[in-house]
Amino acid sequence: MSETVLNLNDTQQPRNETRESKGLWADAFNRIVRSKSSLIGLIIVAIFLLVALVAPVIAPYDPINDSDLVKRLEEPSGQHIMGRDSQGRDIFSRLIYGSRISVQIGVISVSFALILGVSLGAAAGYYGRWLDGIIMRAMDILLAFPSVLLAIAITAVLGPELRNAMIAIGVVYTPHFARIVRSTVLSVKAAEYIEAARSIGCSDLRIIMRHVLPNCIAPIIVQTTLSVGTAILDAAALSFLGLGAQPPTPEWGAMLSDGRSYIQKAPHVMIFPGMAIMFVVLGFNLLGDGLRDALDPRLKQ
Amino acid sequence: MGPLLEVKNLKKHFSVNKGSIFNKNVGTLKAVDDVSFEVYKGETLGLVGESGCGKSTAGRCILRLIEPTEGEISFEGRDLRALNAKDIRRARKDLQMVFQDPYASLNPRMKVRDIISEPILLHGITRGREVQNRVAKLLDVVGLAPYHADRYAHEFSGGQRQRIGIARALAVEPKLVVCDEPVSALDVSIQAQVINLMEDLQREFDLTFIFIAHDLSVVHHISDRVAVMYLGRVVEIAGYSELYKNSQHPYTKALLSAIPVANPKLKKERIVLKGDVMSPIDLPPGCNFHNRCPHAAAVCKETAPVLKDIGNGHKVACHMI
Repeated sequence: MSETVLNLNDTQQPRNETRESKGLWADAFNRIVRSKSSLIGLIIVAIFLLVALVAPVIAPYDPINDSDLVKRLEEPSGQHIMGRDSQGRDIFSRLIYGSRISVQIGVISVSFALILGVSLGAAAGYYGRWLDGIIMRAMDILLAFPSVLLAIAITAVLGPELRNAMIAIGVVYTPHFARIVRSTVLSVKAAEYIEAARSIGCSDLRIIMRHVLPNCIAPIIVQTTLSVGTAILDAAALSFLGLGAQPPTPEWGAMLSDGRSYIQKAPHVMIFPGMAIMFVVLGFNLLGDGLRDALDPRLKQ
Repeated sequence: MGPLLEVKNLKKHFSVNKGSIFNKNVGTLKAVDDVSFEVYKGETLGLVGESGCGKSTAGRCILRLIEPTEGEISFEGRDLRALNAKDIRRARKDLQMVFQDPYASLNPRMKVRDIISEPILLHGITRGREVQNRVAKLLDVVGLAPYHADRYAHEFSGGQRQRIGIARALAVEPKLVVCDEPVSALDVSIQAQVINLMEDLQREFDLTFIFIAHDLSVVHHISDRVAVMYLGRVVEIAGYSELYKNSQHPYTKALLSAIPVANPKLKKERIVLKGDVMSPIDLPPGCNFHNRCPHAAAVCKETAPVLKDIGNGHKVACHMI
């Protein structure tokens, strides 16, 4: 008798389902919007993605073909709000199209690092022993090189091309993901619900995919966001050095490199691409920091 | 009819290592040392002992969640230790486990529906729509409502979570359920509810339980037979009433004398053990209990006692009996 009474008390009043089931993500979003710096990051990233999406609609000129060599290095005016570059092309239009390339670099190179790093880190953390030793020592070797230097070395070997620059950046970022995933897997693996999953008959692969990785998602998302920003920066650096995007591609790093020779005579050719890179990287960093605080307050240190 | 589960000379030894690169073995921890018992269909075997005596390790070895070092585990006449990884996963349809900590044993990223339906799908019990009906039925059986299926584990109280854990274990219609201290993390009032629920379920589904606990009063409620463990070994095993009335091993006597009696006028002789449990690493030969035993003799330090049957299926491991 007493049991049924207690049960009724337990089960009364189903709580607001929509609020409850969205729990983590709704809370995270609220916390991001409430913090000023991460809200700014979110806005910058949103504008950046929107510009990339609708580039052909909002760009006033063609980024490659609309060149007028007579009016090269023209200063900003009403018609060309950011002026013209060394080939007489509209810098504003080139920046807008360049955002598409930056999105591409960020998504492809980080996805590469994400897939590789998460699989390696999960395998190392879950199976441990010698596999852990081999994988993590290999990652340590990659981490021992300064990241840009390693990326330069890889692109130099593969050949100067945007695709190779993305591969190089993907390889350089892999150990960061592997480390974070490994350490999170190690802590999740010890939880009793993993043993429970084994006891109901789950295979190792199923345990990793369904039980371990979903519980490692917060640090992975934070690392992904932060990496997209720095990947764009690194790709710009490679293109600046002539190892990434080749002219006349409107890539921000390449545009910066193009304006380098005219820094005294026509500083606007360098300033605008530089500012674009700075704002996007800043945006991703602010958003990444905000996500970290929002998804898991314990990671704050 | 033979026993449902027969455990013979089960051993689990962990080697204790020091150093990170050059692993040096500095000793052996005998978590479970030569444990034998049988479990018959439909009964509840209580496995009691203090923390660290190896009762949980023994329970996990039966399901091979921990690989035993040595010994034989036969379930319905089949040797579980001989099965390969794939077959043992299949065998877990018949052997399930309820875990101690209801806060840690449910995946925080899964809805109750997914937690309970996962074993059903894995073992192909039913398919399609039937799965959801079965989840609803299981929730009903453990005293939860169908709308609870769409919630996450963190939205429940400890007792409710343990009910979810029980529903998950029952989802595959197991024959044997190893309950690893299923109520020790719960409030006393909730403990009674969960134990009553488990008793009802045992009757309804013809289940066999191995009930691991450190609390004799909890075991008293549910067990048909009790095995008392001390430092990796079974020291006494008997039917509950037999054990209660006629305990032979000094450790069991001390344990029983510690159960509080709800009658302040009744004076009870309390046996207080002296000393501490020996370190489980590199145990000396002889009886593990000899340093605390009031009746210890010279032989106790030299040879380990084996379980002797003293009638009625009552077995004791003591030289002095």
